[in-house]
Order: sequence, then structure tokens, then C-alpha cells
Amino acid sequence: MEERNEASWEPKILAFLCNWCSYAGADLAGISRIQYPPNTRTIRVPCSGRVNPLFILRALQDGVDGILVSGCHPGDCHYLSGNYAARRKFAILDRLFEYIGIEKGRVQFSWVSAAEANRFAEVINEVTDEVRKLGPAKRLVKKKVE
Amino acid sequence: MEKVSAEIRDVARKLLEEDKVDLIIGFEKGSLPFRATPCSIRDPKEVERLIWNSGCENNLAVYIPKKKERIGIIAKGCDSRSLMGHVKEKQIEREKLVIIGVPCKGMVDRKKVDRVLDGREALEIEEKSEELILKGHDFEEVVPKGDLLPDSCKTCTHRNPTLFDFMIGDNLDENKEADEFEAINKFEARSSDERWEYFTREANKCIRCYACRNACPLCYCEECCVDNSQPQWFGKSIELTDTQVFHIMRAFHATGRCVDCGACVRACPMDVDLRFLNKKIEKDVRELYSFEAGVDIDQPPPLSTFRPDDQDEFIK
Repeated sequence: MEERNEASWEPKILAFLCNWCSYAGADLAGISRIQYPPNTRTIRVPCSGRVNPLFILRALQDGVDGILVSGCHPGDCHYLSGNYAARRKFAILDRLFEYIGIEKGRVQFSWVSAAEANRFAEVINEVTDEVRKLGPAKRLVKKKVE
Repeated sequence: MEKVSAEIRDVARKLLEEDKVDLIIGFEKGSLPFRATPCSIRDPKEVERLIWNSGCENNLAVYIPKKKERIGIIAKGCDSRSLMGHVKEKQIEREKLVIIGVPCKGMVDRKKVDRVLDGREALEIEEKSEELILKGHDFEEVVPKGDLLPDSCKTCTHRNPTLFDFMIGDNLDENKEADEFEAINKFEARSSDERWEYFTREANKCIRCYACRNACPLCYCEECCVDNSQPQWFGKSIELTDTQVFHIMRAFHATGRCVDCGACVRACPMDVDLRFLNKKIEKDVRELYSFEAGVDIDQPPPLSTFRPDDQDEFIK
């Protein structure tokens, strides 16, 4: 991560998008020319259930300012129950993060379907705004060896 | 205590003589005063080695996963809950396990005994029903056992084994007044900065010896994700965030499985507050999925199942 300059700081957000819904939603947003902030970097995953909490922790350590995990709406999972399993996992994780003092909003979750291009843009807008308000991530960020 | 030890020996002898089990896992006298050490016994003539007292603190369920033999095992309330977890997670077949349940009023925390001794050396420690007599060269001190209970025993709500084949002695009354999550609720009420500071302070103590993992009956993976080097998800250093990530994941992997036996806390040489993460997850699992580990053998583990109407207010 490059040096941060307070004035020109832009949040870096990592988005884990499931291949079947949210990634396709993002694609549709793109081909529909819907504008949304360019702060997210996307990682395509087969399913929101694929997202290991370790991915999130590692990303925070490496210095991203926010994380979004997005999958199919409940009932729409390509693998039938991947997002249900993910939901339980993330419910515990979400509470644990808040408990240890990671700011609320640093790590977020959403459901976006392949047809919801507008919703995808809205979610990215919201997440970017919230992370921007929180400021650069300081907690759990691994210091670089000089 | 002598009566309980004798009953354990009788049951163990019978099981071995009748060839119901290949070995018995229990406790024998350790080399230090009041220290019991886990032992395995295969010969019925050797059952005299078995003992029982408030120093039998280890969770013996840690020795169970992937064993092929028929095992007889001594289990306190918490141990039996761990054993139920093993059966549920298919680490051992129920038929291969003979559980000798012992109701437990709580063990004695060695670290608290050391605090009482304050540098003096106890040469002999004698246990009476409600107190511990510490004897040294030039002192003798009587300490009520209630003052020496580990934190996990203080709020224990399952003193009686939940899964057993033999029960030694009578069932105890469960501690109904204990508020298991009192400390967690208090901690939650603190500010985000305070919580982060506390977590940082505790993680800073850790030397990454993994004693907590090795003592934990749940950590039976052949290759632990912490040791994995391809890909290497965990930083191996004692750099603060590496340690914090380790502790977060250690607690998370025990979601809906931890029975709060306190094995990790006892094993920790640096006195890291390991329970504050585990207990929080235990509380959330109880709130969100009405699940308590090691109580009902037919209830599936919370993270291996789901309900369509699970709470999802936290999701956009």
C-alpha cells in the first residue's frame, strides 16, 4: 500500500462477489453504464460461502479500508444453501468484529442479484460513503517493515 | 474423594477384565503435590494407579479423536460435553466409547494456588471436602476451595455429565444462579476503543506457543491452518496483528463447539484471557441459534446447518 496522504485519501475497498449473482449484478451495472465510485476492487468467488473469515482478516492486515462480501439473495443460491451457511458464519463474525473493537461498517455484507444493477451501484455507494466516514483503517493493519 | 477414586477403579477393572474396552484413560498421581496427570491403563492389575481429586483438571477428551480402539474414559461434566462433540463430528464411534461420568464441583486452579503460595513451596497439598490444606516447610495454610475455582468452573452450568455409560456417585444440583455471560455483557458495554485496547493488550502477551490449541479437545485437525504454509494465511511472527488474527480464528473455529472447559486457559503460560473471545461466541450462538454445545446429541452443530429465517439484519 502506498503512503497515505490525508487530503487526497480515498478508501480502498475489497469486494468479494459471488460469481452467480453479485458479480453478474456488477457486470450488468457496468454494461448499463451506471455510475458508482471506483473505490472497490473485486475478487470473484464461486459463492459467498467460499469466503473464509481468514480472507477478510488477511485483507484487513494488508491494509484495505473496507470489505464487502456480497452473494445471492437467500433462496437464490446457485448451490442451494451456500449463502445460508455463509449467513450463519458472518453473523457470528460480524458480532465478533464489533466486540473486539473493529469499527462497525469496516466489514459489510450484502445480497445483490444478477438483475439488480441499480442496487449494486447503491450498495457500493453506501459502503464507500460509510468507509470514507470511518477514515483509513488503523486496527488490525500490519505495519510494514521499514 | 477416596470413595470416588475407589468406584472409578472398580468400574475400570470390570471393563478391562470383561474385555469391554482396550484401554482406560484417566488420571494418576503426578510428580508434584496435588498434580494429577493423564494416564492410560490397559492391564486390569494396574487400575490402582487411577485417582480422582480436584486436581484432575485436564479435559481427557483431547486424546480421543481418530482412535481406533475401544476406549473407557473418565469424564467430568465439561469433558462429557466435549466427547459428545467428538461423537457428533464423527471423530469416534459412540459404540467404541465407554464414558465413566463423574459429577464435578469444580477443579482447583493451579495458578490461583500459586498466587496464595506467593513464592513459597508447597510440599504437600491435602484436600478436604470444601477446603485445601497447603503444607510447606514452615507453614500450613487452609484455603476454601471456592477461592481457588477457575473462572470457567465458577459459572459452570453442567456439573453433571451429559453423556455417560456409568455414573460415579450422585448427580449434583446444577448451579442455577451463575450468570455465565456476566463478564461478557460487562465487556460489551465498554467503548469500542476500550475493547480494542483490551484485545490488543491480551494479544500482546501471547508468545504463539500454541499450547491453547494443543490442549483444546476441538483442535484435532491433522494440519492446523496456522501451521499451513501453502498458502500461508497466518503470519507466524509475534507481530501484534498476526497474533490477533490467530486468536480471532482460534475462537472462530470453536464456534458452537467450545464447551468452556477452560483447558486453553490452564495451558496458557502467559495468562492470556482466552475465554473472553470463546465465551462471546458461545453467547452469540446461544442467542442466534439457541444452541448449546454438548447438551443434545441430536441437535446438529450450528454452523453445519441453517434455517431460512435466520437473523440477517446485519446484511444490506
